[in-house]
Amino acid sequence: MVKYVGKRLIYMFLTMFLIATATFFLMQTLPGSPIASYNKLNESQRAIVEKKYGIDKPKPVQYAIYMKNLAQGDLGTSFVFKGKSVNDLLASRFKPSFILGAQAMVFGTIIGILLGIIAALRQNTFWDYGSTFFAILGISIPSFVFASLLQYWVASEWHLLPVGLWNDGWKSSILPSIALAMGPLALSARFIRTEMIEVLSSDYITLAKAKGANGFEIAFKHALRNALIPLVTVLGPVAAGLVTGSLVVEQIFAIPGIGEQFVSSIMSNDHATIMGTTLFFSAFLIVVIFIVDILYGIIDPRIRLSGGKN
Amino acid sequence: MQLDKQQLPPEKFERVVIDNDSAERITKPSLSFWQDAWLRLRKNKAAIVSMVVLVLLVLMALVGPHLNGRSGDVQNLRHANLPPKIPGIEKLGIFNGVGELGGQKLDLYEVKKVDEYYWFGTDGLGRDLFTRLWEGTQISLLIAFIAALIDVVIGVAYGGISGYFGGRTDDVMQRVVEILIGIPTLIVVILMILIMEPGITAIIIAISITGWIGMSRIVRAQILKFKGQEFVLASRTLGASHNRIITKHLLPNILGIVIINTMFTIPSAIFFEAFLSFIGIGLQPPAASLGTLINDGYKVMEFQPYVLLFPALVISILMIAFNLIGDGLRDALDPKMKD
Repeated sequence: MVKYVGKRLIYMFLTMFLIATATFFLMQTLPGSPIASYNKLNESQRAIVEKKYGIDKPKPVQYAIYMKNLAQGDLGTSFVFKGKSVNDLLASRFKPSFILGAQAMVFGTIIGILLGIIAALRQNTFWDYGSTFFAILGISIPSFVFASLLQYWVASEWHLLPVGLWNDGWKSSILPSIALAMGPLALSARFIRTEMIEVLSSDYITLAKAKGANGFEIAFKHALRNALIPLVTVLGPVAAGLVTGSLVVEQIFAIPGIGEQFVSSIMSNDHATIMGTTLFFSAFLIVVIFIVDILYGIIDPRIRLSGGKN
Repeated sequence: MQLDKQQLPPEKFERVVIDNDSAERITKPSLSFWQDAWLRLRKNKAAIVSMVVLVLLVLMALVGPHLNGRSGDVQNLRHANLPPKIPGIEKLGIFNGVGELGGQKLDLYEVKKVDEYYWFGTDGLGRDLFTRLWEGTQISLLIAFIAALIDVVIGVAYGGISGYFGGRTDDVMQRVVEILIGIPTLIVVILMILIMEPGITAIIIAISITGWIGMSRIVRAQILKFKGQEFVLASRTLGASHNRIITKHLLPNILGIVIINTMFTIPSAIFFEAFLSFIGIGLQPPAASLGTLINDGYKVMEFQPYVLLFPALVISILMIAFNLIGDGLRDALDPKMKD
């Protein structure tokens, strides 16, 4: 176990290093320059600006400085929001993204689990087909299409909820959370259905039935508990989906979150912010996948992390 | 009721001769793997319906742009912002060219004195949305198919070499994959697209650059499973070359899994193209793809929801169809699910 975790940590570190390096050098080849909007400057003024942001030095030196700062957790200074550090930018935008992600996750997973249970208990009936179809819709319909439709009908036609922005408290978070929740909902519904069907045909369920346990008790106490364990493995794709979703959903609902920040920094050529956000997202996803792998081994002792070899 | 023996004369009976050959006889025709899979797939109604829908959509993507003789990039400002109007259906009260103008519901075709029918309406530049929709579908499908093809070729080659030759080759190749797999797809796609000229090629390269990894891992696992089996050993003992073992024994066995995976690669490529175009870093105007059309539609959603509606419908139906076919194929081709 310790050896496995150590090995994984080394890989995580390598991956992050690779991403940081690749991002840095890709940024240098980007068409356009972050200070292109300063075009009224003359030569000496331009030199001052370049010196201020440290882009007057040769590339390898810039790279060394960037990596040194990165090692200390410093993501650099934004080119567009003058004088603001990328760390501060991300920190100020973390909360909305986190709230949306957490709500989508909780809401989506709970509804998904319920749908999955219903489908498994009433296999090959209307309920099963209904919830399976719903899950297919959730996986298939792109989040931005769903979000646009929600915004059009619920917000701008029926005036039930705010169209966008983040200034109406909890109400502003409902629509974007629902749009984001479709992914986790669909994934967990499909997953729970398959797992439940498998668990329901196992010997200990037959035993529970033979002992006279009622249907409710069997479904929730015996079957669901065992079907829930592998659900942890879906967390990885779900987290990836939430990040992808947040880029467009925050854009659509004009939520001041990290996803919206990323897209706007791409549009404004803000190299430091693009790099900072890229690294943030990558680190987030890499850590989630790592946690999933470790957690799975801990909660289900039948799975051995080392891959079956003793 | 008692049977009367007298009424059943002995000549009515025939003696059964036990024939040892008949015990071995196969009564049903023997089915190949693919015939068997087709039998199972045929029972899956959702997958069959999806296939029909998909074929129709692909046909429309090919012939749709030429159906009404209009070009997708000809602007006609006199005909701008017209709602959909379809002959025949207009009498039912939908798609009858009625839209809002200054808060009133009016037949905009009469207001603007347009005699023609624009089946799916026009956009703000007066371009025919029917033609643009199918042109966009064509581009989206093209990107998805090419990206999926590249994924299959690289994935099968990489996974196959890694799994088949094993040893140090496998070690090195897998270390590379283990690092690459940690990089989130989305991040790579966006970074790659940023440094390239926007266009179809850029999107395809961006999607394929990490897309093959999943395929290569699955192929490697399958090759590892099969290469140790007796039929491969027998072939090797008889002196078959690597080439023959791979093409005649291993590839046919992993083909099913490769097909299933491809069916899930295509919708994810469609999604990424639309996603990139939607946030504005994919295809650039005036090129049409489902993503750019949805983006255009989203901007005017408040006033002309039909501009968003049609491309949103087409992309959703495409994605659902591919996912259902993928599910159906997995049930039909995956021997573990065999009942």
